[in-house]
Amino acid sequence: MEKRLSNWGNYPVISCEEQAFTQEDQLQDIIHRQPGTIARGNGRCYGDASLGIHSISTLKYDKILAFDDENGVFECQSGITLDQILDVIVPKGWFLPVTPGTKYITIGGAVASDVHGKNHHVEGSFSNHIIDMDVVNGEGQTLTCSPSRDADLFWATCGGMGLTGVITRVMFRLKAIDTAYIKQKQIKARNLDEVIRLFEEYKDYTYSMAWIDCLKKGDAFGRSILIVGEHATPEELNARQRQSPLSLPAKKKLSIPFNFPSFVLNTFSVKAFNWLYYNKNIRQEINNVVPYEPFFYPLDAILHWNRGYGKAGFVQYQFVLPLEQKEGLATILRRISDKGWGSFLAVLKVFGRQESLISFPMEGYTLALDFPVRKGLFPFLDELDELVLQFGGRIYLSKDARMKREIFWQSYPGATRFAEIVRHYNAGQRFRSLQSDRLQITPVAE
Amino acid sequence: MSSILILGASSDMAVAIARKFAKEKYNILLAARNTAALEALQQDLQIRFGVNATLHAFDAERFDSHAAFYRSLPLQPDITISVFGYLGEQEKAQQDWQEAARIIHTNYTGAVAILNVVAEDYASRKKGIIVGISSVAGERGRQSNYIYGSAKAGFTAYLSGLRNRLFHTGVHVMSVQPGFVYTRMTEHLQLPALLTAQPEAVAGAIWKGVQKKKNTIYVKWFWRYIMLIIKTIPEFIFKKLKL
Repeated sequence: MEKRLSNWGNYPVISCEEQAFTQEDQLQDIIHRQPGTIARGNGRCYGDASLGIHSISTLKYDKILAFDDENGVFECQSGITLDQILDVIVPKGWFLPVTPGTKYITIGGAVASDVHGKNHHVEGSFSNHIIDMDVVNGEGQTLTCSPSRDADLFWATCGGMGLTGVITRVMFRLKAIDTAYIKQKQIKARNLDEVIRLFEEYKDYTYSMAWIDCLKKGDAFGRSILIVGEHATPEELNARQRQSPLSLPAKKKLSIPFNFPSFVLNTFSVKAFNWLYYNKNIRQEINNVVPYEPFFYPLDAILHWNRGYGKAGFVQYQFVLPLEQKEGLATILRRISDKGWGSFLAVLKVFGRQESLISFPMEGYTLALDFPVRKGLFPFLDELDELVLQFGGRIYLSKDARMKREIFWQSYPGATRFAEIVRHYNAGQRFRSLQSDRLQITPVAE
Repeated sequence: MSSILILGASSDMAVAIARKFAKEKYNILLAARNTAALEALQQDLQIRFGVNATLHAFDAERFDSHAAFYRSLPLQPDITISVFGYLGEQEKAQQDWQEAARIIHTNYTGAVAILNVVAEDYASRKKGIIVGISSVAGERGRQSNYIYGSAKAGFTAYLSGLRNRLFHTGVHVMSVQPGFVYTRMTEHLQLPALLTAQPEAVAGAIWKGVQKKKNTIYVKWFWRYIMLIIKTIPEFIFKKLKL
């Protein structure tokens, strides 16, 4: 059926034909009938990576196929969302090896974006935990791949934005936990230098990230709150929590029912939010034990928070710079703070080492923040792109909706090899998205 | 542990119903033509909800096999729900008897054939609940789908008669009029968002309806009134409309 679709940033919006499948032969049928299509999960990537004129929804392909709760191995179809997986595994003492900041993405999306979490510096990205997976290629064949079997397909699929084919089944390793709680530590940092020093000091923590106030200037430029955490042990829980350490108390969710008018978010309100957020931590350091949900998914508690940006939507800008480019990070952050267009959500994190073909992470600093779509935004982001490129960094494809093609080709060292592999498995370019056309990974024939 | 038999288990609505009842700790008997296609769902129900799910071959159009099918089940289910249906193509069915017959036999004859067997068993045991998924299309014939609608009309009348008869034995029969639902069956149709339910909402409504022993449920409450209006339009006007 013809639909208006957009992803989490509400930008861009396109009209497209969407079809779902529940069996593999139905998927093959769609692929054969419909050249020029892209798989889409729960629409939580921000930009246009999963938008195309034809869309294959994986959401009904959502069955759990196996769960070895002795050894922590999970196997499922690609359309299942992380929250559904957590509901099953947490009570049995297991957790996702890597999780992004929302649990409302599908497992297929997690692979296609090769998502990272707060533990990247210790445990890598999602692809590091996959045992094997199935991909249905441009000819409708199901191929099983892993780091040791059809490795080219495997590495081009992890972070490959669905361009090698439709990911249909994933088997991956889980991580053992003793409780559903996190022992967290929040530390205030006065400025950018201090937060970077703190990241270094606390690098042995499994989970770490910082909320950064990107509007503050002068001595307080880059002031932040570093949050680090570990899965709590039963001894660290209070008496009430200890009664059922693997289940969380039920909570009601808030929802933003409609788009806010655009005047709600402006420099003033963002500054006010940041001030409140920074100052709610009165003490320099807070230590407490919290359920895993607010720790990993603080924004999921407000369903549809994306509507807060109004009808024009927003883009999330996430880049990574190599570790030695601390000055580069300061330069870019200063440009953003001078412009004053940044959001209340700015997340800074340090990635660990990662060898990858097309996945986003590399050893270094990554910063993510939202920019509501407005006049002059795209030229400004183009300027930032140039800086990112100059400093040897790159932009996250899952969040991109507007990057120029030359930035992509120059900033991803594996781009040429990736495009070759895509051509091989995606014969006739049956899988293509607005993004892949824009970046000319699937060039439109003249 | 209680159990539910789902006839026509491969549809989107059936998956949602199976998950809802499994979540409420019912064992699930999944019946459909192609049981191999249900293996993933079987695993899914067992792993997610820790219940027992079994697969059973069932073809709604093979009426003669229905009694044997029911006897072959490992146990008599506490609830039986008939979900299967076939929308078909009205225009094709007007010219092609094969298509018309398939619509009638799947939606009416097949449903009567299997529910007769279930009803006899429940009547003799003096307990059980039968749920039949009919359609608002059965409330008044319209040119766009009257073959499907007439079969569903027959099914609706069958269910109300069955409810009347079985009431005296302590068996309950519930009719479900889902209205528009987002499923693979309706994926190619433009459905009005406000009037269209998700399969999970249908499953939730059925669960509640069963708890309260409702006679007829409409998944979205206003369908009852929409259909009331459609039913009260005088025939001399109705026949001129293009519905």
